[in-house]
Amino acid sequence: MENINLFVLLANWLRQWLEGVGASPDVIEVVMDVFGTVGALVFILLNALILVLLERKAAAFFQQRYGPNRWGPKGVFQTIFDSLKLLSKEDIIPKAVDKWVFKIAAYLIFIPAILVFAVIPFGEGMIISDLNIGIFYFVAVASTATLAFLMAGWGSNNKYSLIGGMRSVAQMVSYEIPLVFSLVGVVMLTGSMKMSAIVAAQTKVWFILPQFLAFLVYFIAGHAELNRGPFDMPEGEQEIVAGPYTEYSGMRWALFFLAEYANLVAVCSIATTMFLGGWNPIPGLGFLPIPTYVWFVLKVYFMIMLFMWTRWTFPRVRIDHLMHFGWKVLIPVSLVNILVTGIGIKIYQWMGW
Amino acid sequence: MLQQYAGIGAMLIIAIVFPIIVIAISSIVRPKKAAKYKYETYECGLETQGETWVQFKTNYFMYALVFVAFDVETVFLYPWAVKFMSLGTFAFIEMFIFIAILVIGFWYAWKEGALEWN
Amino acid sequence: MSDAVFTVAFYVFSAVTVLAALGVVLKKNLVHSALLLILAFVGVAGIYVLLQADFIAAVQILVYAGAVAILVAFGVMLTKRGDIRESNLANRQKWPALFVVAGVFAVIYALLGQTNWGPLAAAGPEDSVGILATLMLTDFVVPFETAAILLTVAMLGAIVIAKEVKNSK
Repeated sequence: MENINLFVLLANWLRQWLEGVGASPDVIEVVMDVFGTVGALVFILLNALILVLLERKAAAFFQQRYGPNRWGPKGVFQTIFDSLKLLSKEDIIPKAVDKWVFKIAAYLIFIPAILVFAVIPFGEGMIISDLNIGIFYFVAVASTATLAFLMAGWGSNNKYSLIGGMRSVAQMVSYEIPLVFSLVGVVMLTGSMKMSAIVAAQTKVWFILPQFLAFLVYFIAGHAELNRGPFDMPEGEQEIVAGPYTEYSGMRWALFFLAEYANLVAVCSIATTMFLGGWNPIPGLGFLPIPTYVWFVLKVYFMIMLFMWTRWTFPRVRIDHLMHFGWKVLIPVSLVNILVTGIGIKIYQWMGW
Repeated sequence: MLQQYAGIGAMLIIAIVFPIIVIAISSIVRPKKAAKYKYETYECGLETQGETWVQFKTNYFMYALVFVAFDVETVFLYPWAVKFMSLGTFAFIEMFIFIAILVIGFWYAWKEGALEWN
Repeated sequence: MSDAVFTVAFYVFSAVTVLAALGVVLKKNLVHSALLLILAFVGVAGIYVLLQADFIAAVQILVYAGAVAILVAFGVMLTKRGDIRESNLANRQKWPALFVVAGVFAVIYALLGQTNWGPLAAAGPEDSVGILATLMLTDFVVPFETAAILLTVAMLGAIVIAKEVKNSK
């Protein structure tokens, strides 16, 4: 592929410049890591800005309204002014809260949300740490996000928060199992947990074809993991105000919101990498001079649009139905998927293809 | 290998520092003191009654239990999936037995109503 | 990367682990203790990474910080108690406890003295997961299957106990 990758060029140029200046290898590595992280952070923040607007516009489209349309042409500056407003809002910590738990929860929600971006291949050669345990690292780090919800819910000392936090945790742990199991099929097909290897294995056939069932399970469980769409029980506005976020205000609340959208991008990026071929171009369109990271972002946004579509189409699911569906439908289905994938691979090997 | 984890370490530090910076910037521009009643616990405008940190129902615990069992299963499942292609049919049957044993437990939990939300 | 960075990282993780573990014992609030316990688990995961056992570190995060933490938290929520702020108090068993802990520590220390702490000959294997899987499914099949039985038995036993709690109410 002769596509020129701007970011890789930039990184190489920076590395060469540092070597030219005479920096030691340690310093170079640290600088490169920091630049990679800052790049990921900028990517997350930029996406959050776009996504909040996109979500509101999409919601407006589905409900036949205008959506935000005051600031800038068609309201494109809405989220920028919103974030400025949030920055200047009072930071209220109610008297009754457990101060440490309450405060740390807002910081803690952010850590897994950023850390998962370490293993996401944004484009050819654009991965911060191509770990050997790639996808398992994602699973492990993402699983700690539940803790922040638990701490926020418990620390607020508010009945709505506590109920919301507990529901949120119960829901997230229930749907984590099918989510994790659905990714096993892809690992079986690739024979590696390395993200670069998974992307490389999909140059010909995207894994959505042999693993369609897994993709479906991942897609549904993803909604529940993100507390979005039909599964937004934890913050069911009509029942428990705003769930675990009830007592948070100003920038602390904004951190939760930011982490939510960062997680949306992360889940969609993983879906893209695992099932939609990662940064590989659409088969047959590889001749186009489009850089790999543009392909990646296009696919991620396609996934995000699917998530938004379901969110604004389906009504909220009742909690007993939600748990029932997670445990008694998704987990058996994902187990069957692993079994079928295994048998399929064995048949494939026997046939000698 | 540690090299790659140094990158993650750098990320961890930035992930910890970034929210603190954001809150610090906010603390410069935001108003300092809010009205007295804003510091009350929110309960739709009413005064909050009774304890918040009460005893929860056992359902949550049951789900957490089955969750832990399956979470440990994933730990075995992933290495198996990595080596699946090269390990041959025997490994496949071993894993099948492993999952089958766990499914018995799952079936029992199902039958006993541990997965029932009520 | 030079060793200095990793040495610093080792001391940071060790300090986090030890201080968090102390906090578990000394904090009066049971929920704070549970949260600090999770922090101690994460610190141990960091040390695993420094030992080049990345898969084990991820397992530590997934199972302990992700799953056992939730179990502990729900367990705390489940218990009947008075004021949560005073739920993890010291009682009169302090001195016997200290005695027992000293005994356990003495045993550990004796074992520590016998271990050869020399540096490893080579760096850890790159593909530790693959080696683990191969060993698990060939040489250690029986412990592997026993793990499944253990998990199932633990799940069954806990469900039986939890049902008792439910019925007794």
